[in-house]
Amino acid sequence: MPVITYREAVRHALAEELERDPNVVVMGEEVAQFNGAYKVTEGLLARFGPQRIVDTPISEAGFIGVGIGASMLGIRPVMELMFWSFYSVAFDQILNNAANVRYMSGGQIHCPIVIRGPANGGTNVGATHSHTPENVLANHPGVKVVVPSTPADAKGLLKSAIRDNDPVFFLENTMLYGEKGEVPAGEHVVPLGLADVKRPGTDLTIVTYGRSVLHSLAAAEVLEREHKVSAEVLDLRTIRPLDIDSVLRSVAKTHRVLIVEEQKPFASVGSQLAYMIQREAFDELDAPIHRLATVDAPAIYSPPVEIEQLPNPRRVLQAALETLA
Amino acid sequence: MSKKPTAKEATPPTATDHAQAPVNARLSPEERIELFRKMVRIRRFEERSLRAYQAKKIGGFLHLYIGQEAVAVGCCSLMGPNDHVITAYRDHGHAIAVGMDTKPLMAELYGKATGCSKGKGGSMHYFDPSRNFWGGHGIVGGQIPLGAGLAYALKYKGLKGAAMAFMGDGAVNQGAVHEAYNLASLWNLPVVFVIENNGYSMGTSQARSSAGELAQRAAGYDMQWGQCSGHDVYEVRAMMDKFLTLARENGRPSTVEIHTYRYRGHSVADPDNTYRSKQEIEEYRRTRDPIQLFQDKLLAEGVLTAALAEQIDAEARAEADLAADFSEASPFPTPADIQTDVYWEADNPADRRSQGRLFFT
Repeated sequence: MPVITYREAVRHALAEELERDPNVVVMGEEVAQFNGAYKVTEGLLARFGPQRIVDTPISEAGFIGVGIGASMLGIRPVMELMFWSFYSVAFDQILNNAANVRYMSGGQIHCPIVIRGPANGGTNVGATHSHTPENVLANHPGVKVVVPSTPADAKGLLKSAIRDNDPVFFLENTMLYGEKGEVPAGEHVVPLGLADVKRPGTDLTIVTYGRSVLHSLAAAEVLEREHKVSAEVLDLRTIRPLDIDSVLRSVAKTHRVLIVEEQKPFASVGSQLAYMIQREAFDELDAPIHRLATVDAPAIYSPPVEIEQLPNPRRVLQAALETLA
Repeated sequence: MSKKPTAKEATPPTATDHAQAPVNARLSPEERIELFRKMVRIRRFEERSLRAYQAKKIGGFLHLYIGQEAVAVGCCSLMGPNDHVITAYRDHGHAIAVGMDTKPLMAELYGKATGCSKGKGGSMHYFDPSRNFWGGHGIVGGQIPLGAGLAYALKYKGLKGAAMAFMGDGAVNQGAVHEAYNLASLWNLPVVFVIENNGYSMGTSQARSSAGELAQRAAGYDMQWGQCSGHDVYEVRAMMDKFLTLARENGRPSTVEIHTYRYRGHSVADPDNTYRSKQEIEEYRRTRDPIQLFQDKLLAEGVLTAALAEQIDAEARAEADLAADFSEASPFPTPADIQTDVYWEADNPADRRSQGRLFFT
């Protein structure tokens, strides 16, 4: 199986879907001539031309609104946000118009748009460029939210997202773009809403997603080697729809849960998970549910300290040991 | 009052000029009467809805279009099969103008399952994609990028058509509107941005909210623009025909500012006694009422008789009453309906490809 980067995996998904469906259009800042701010869309302009790969001005509310309007008439736009952090200037378009138009029209309209781009900290760009809004997005019924952690998942989930008839918000990670992994060539589709056991275990369930999956796997390695603890790492992959059944299945096996997320803790994805686990699997729990989140402050700039603000293997390990204590 | 009467309005072209514009001259007597009938139907529908609101049959906001009827009717009467409409929350007139049945429109106000949005949208959120009507949007200016997006889709598909994106005079100060202007001009999108300038953004007059001429801002985006009176349906049609043709034939966007006037408050909840005088409203009613003006024209043209005008009015009142009766008799949606029409996939389970839980408790 070919080994490619996460960046290439996203690009392959885009190219294959552009090839498959003439209504797919890629649109965003610097996606065409510049070859993508993070080179995700590199080469697509040369291959598909300016009708399909469209550079926009720095005008997120405007071009995302255009994408939403076009999607109501049958276009399937894949919009790139250079950073998901910029969703704030297009909030009304994303979370009033895209999220609500189906409902407010009594189901007469659907909005098959994908908005994708990186949403992560860890790159020393300060608070304005380090938002992780998956909880904010998922708080809006009508939308779907995907956070892939591996190249294979990035490709398979993006292909599903582009074919989906609901608005799908796809959160990538600049720290993962260079990560390599095996990815099937050609048709490889991962359904939305299906979690994946990235490492099986019996003593502790680490529920996580996005880049935190990598940290959790590293910590699980140490747990096994130095603490004789078998940790299961469950990658949610999709936040909404949520594969809660896989979470509950794992909890029934291990009876202990640590949630790891690159999220501010207040009303996070982990908050929702912890509520659901205690509500639906209370009798399976041998210990309180633990959570490791981003340290609760705006993203700090200082490079060595930002590492400590975010989940990292050391912090995951420590939290796991506390969960097991 | 606002700075609304512009130099253009102070010396209006004669009514005959607009009637003789080709787009109007070719109208058959029946088509002229249909324009008149639509305006009357909108007004009687809204007057009936106001009574229902006062009787506490309708919740939330009710933004009435009374006084502005010639704008929606004039613009929408020019629609071809590939022309599309999107507007803001004062949307009843546009909905009737594109041909929606008044029964589901009234039922939507009553919050009934038979409403055009099944009671899920309310007054501000009417939609009918089968008539190229894309809402009905609640946030000032938020619909304008969507209107540019409709035009984008037309262009992408190679269809000869235009989108009309309506907004009020208050919307021109919203950033989303300016972003849409820029994109539409930059990308040669076939859209006409229509500013329905009724002089007041809620309770703030144009003079107190907006610097400069509203339509002229389009020039900054290299767009053509125009201004006209919205009290004469012929004038609206003549002006809009020019810019719709520019969009359809040359793929160029434009902005048209149509001067109009609303007789009622911003919404029914607006006491309407802080920002304009009763005399001002009366003056408009007496001298520039779009229905009265058009009735007078059609009588002069010999197209309409007093008897027919009365008959049309009686029919419009009866239609509005029928819509209210229909709404009254219709069932409310049930609590189980709250969670339908949220996700396409949830509503089409046989075609669902995703897994996992979509709804939470």
